[in-house]
Amino acid sequence: MTDHPAGPKRVDDATGTSLVGHEWDGIEELDTPLPRWWVYIFAACVVFAAGYVVVYPAIPDMAGTAGWTSRGDLAAMLTAETAARAPKLKAIAATPIEALADNPQLMRIAIEGGRAAFKVNCVQCHGAGAAGSRGYPNLNDDDWLWGGDIAAIRTTLIHGIRSPGEDETRFSQMPAFAEILGKDQIRQLVSHVRVISGQDHPSRAAKAGAALFAENCASCHGDAGKGNRALGAPNLTDSIWLYGGTRATLTTTIAKARYGVMPHWETRLDAVTIKMLAAYVHSLGGGEASPAAAPANEPDVGT
Amino acid sequence: MSALDFINPGSGLYAKREPVFPRVVDGRFRRLKWLVMLVCLAVYYITPWIRWDRGQYAPDQAVLVDLANRRFYMFDIEIWPQEFHYVAGLLIMAGIGLFLVTSAVGRAWCGFACPQTVWTDLYQHVERWIDGDRNAQLRLNNAPWSAAKLGRRLGKWSIWLLIAVATGGAWIFYFADAPTLASQFAAGDAPFVAYATVGVLTLTTFTLGGFMREQVCIYMCPWPRIQTAMLDEKSLIVTYRDWRGEPRTQGVKKAASAGGRQGDCIDCNACVAVCPTGVDIRKGPQLGCINCGLCVDACDEVMGRLNRPRGLIDFLNLDDQANERAGARPVPVLKTLLRPRTLIYFAIWSSIGLFMLFTLGERARLAIDSAQDRNPMVVTMSDGEVRNGWTLKLRNMEHRPRRVTLAMAGLPGGRLWSDAMDRRDAARSITLQLAPDATNVLHLYVIAPGGPAGETPFTLTATPRDAVAGSRDARAAARDVKFIRQ
Repeated sequence: MTDHPAGPKRVDDATGTSLVGHEWDGIEELDTPLPRWWVYIFAACVVFAAGYVVVYPAIPDMAGTAGWTSRGDLAAMLTAETAARAPKLKAIAATPIEALADNPQLMRIAIEGGRAAFKVNCVQCHGAGAAGSRGYPNLNDDDWLWGGDIAAIRTTLIHGIRSPGEDETRFSQMPAFAEILGKDQIRQLVSHVRVISGQDHPSRAAKAGAALFAENCASCHGDAGKGNRALGAPNLTDSIWLYGGTRATLTTTIAKARYGVMPHWETRLDAVTIKMLAAYVHSLGGGEASPAAAPANEPDVGT
Repeated sequence: MSALDFINPGSGLYAKREPVFPRVVDGRFRRLKWLVMLVCLAVYYITPWIRWDRGQYAPDQAVLVDLANRRFYMFDIEIWPQEFHYVAGLLIMAGIGLFLVTSAVGRAWCGFACPQTVWTDLYQHVERWIDGDRNAQLRLNNAPWSAAKLGRRLGKWSIWLLIAVATGGAWIFYFADAPTLASQFAAGDAPFVAYATVGVLTLTTFTLGGFMREQVCIYMCPWPRIQTAMLDEKSLIVTYRDWRGEPRTQGVKKAASAGGRQGDCIDCNACVAVCPTGVDIRKGPQLGCINCGLCVDACDEVMGRLNRPRGLIDFLNLDDQANERAGARPVPVLKTLLRPRTLIYFAIWSSIGLFMLFTLGERARLAIDSAQDRNPMVVTMSDGEVRNGWTLKLRNMEHRPRRVTLAMAGLPGGRLWSDAMDRRDAARSITLQLAPDATNVLHLYVIAPGGPAGETPFTLTATPRDAVAGSRDARAAARDVKFIRQ
């Protein structure tokens, strides 16, 4: 770059415009004046900005004269959202839970509401996808300890399982058989349970275990070991294990027993939220039909 | 006197706009300009009101940008957001089309079809109707404010404002059903955004067409700068044949006495007087020249009166300027237009257009998208079978409800059912009723016997049940997915 020395302004021949005085490889910059309206727009922007700073909060600890805040904005939006939801929640509240399925649109709203409530209240134990983990049931499958129709799920939600301080909670307690049976007997019981769940071939130990099972376990788990939902006694013949179906975990379960607890949500959540949670859990793919409901063929798919 | 000049008088940093009062002119380019203006304005104002029957499940407006429902209708073509590449293709065509036009006939867009030019032209016509031609306008501009001047100004501004409101008003009809929106708008029930859009476009039309005019072309618009790169020595530009016109009248006597040639230009300034951007074309090609050809008309008229050949100012390319200067004949216009560069632009432009038309005619109107459940990916059922889940989106892009069969190919022992069904009804295929012109969302479950961990690919196919076999809407949509066991 060449800087031409200051002096009388040189003028470009072709345009008659004076030159700035900088030169790059023979190319020089014309000193074209800015249009005046452009400067006016700049001045107008400055004035606007000054007004903006006064009207809106722009300086720390200084509220604008308009009183606008982002928190207030959020609160207004939440209020509007709550108001918009109110009629739908009211409709859900007014619909008996077994009848929700007859109103697919309302059911969809209930499921989505339940999905949101689940993310806040349930994921801590059951996981974000409701897939559970060891000791916490997977809610996506079709195995239910206390019943899988929508009303039964709601009852579980309301009263909890072995929940302290709740009289109507779902309750059952398996004895710790280490105090009742010997180690060999427990081993034989484990063998029997492994056989009825299809994991092992019949053996002499299992045969001995079968007799022990009839004597000690069948009262709750049933003669065939298929469980009893009234007592929350799990089906021992299916493929799903809450704590695991290996010899080691079965031994621990029989010897020490399990005592899983779910809180009763009646005192923490409102009735509509619990209803929506039941609808959501029921919708995860394992939900059972209400005793009277008939399955629908060829469904209309909503948008 | 502006405040800035007051702060720093005579700084020369800021230039006041020199008002331009173009004189009325008639001629071939003026008539072409009228025609283009008429066509552009007619297309702009009338298009949203054209009706187009699409049946009961789609709007009956021929051209509609339905932002709320994310559909773009253009006569028989409907674009979904998933097909936005067609809009991108149109924009690419518009770009290449500008390259093509520019390399062939220079800044024809600027001079004839640009909205800024069209509306400025319209406003100037109103101005002449109220204030009279150039000289009367100049007189009125320099006259002190009086009741008469104020009356004329208010009259002119009112008509400008009416045109501006109509311009903004027409724009919104492209985005909603025009008759409905028009009655809502009049009753005050239209959405706020409609009023805001009309307000903003009224303001910009009024300001840019009434007062900014050539300032937009010279200072605001990037296109004149891009033109510099797009034009070449064979592009038509408005040219003053200085080798024929010079020396002008002032120099004629001197030239005659010296025995030199006398130019055809009589320095009547007609070319400057008619110029809508106020440039003097005799100074050569320049940024301010929008190539509208009005100076050509003005000069031809003067040359005709003087019985001299027309074309002292003419559309001419740089190569021909050199040829003529050297005494050679110019290359025929057609030969210049049909040169490799323009032909290549045209080939690219038309291939994109033809390709898009072909794919538009061939595209499927039933599509299937899937997202596999990720949490949990695999669910073991109590009988030991394994379940996977998908959120399925079936896009029925026809304007009618459709029955489709959703079937699976592959995955031995697999069955499927949707969230609106019961597992007991799971089968290799299910029938679904799809809503018209909608994305139908469902949750799909697929169950298969347990087995070793791994992925088993299979295909989901949606086959229409209501179309004539072999017809275009009988085409199935398919999606390859993977069943996962672990």
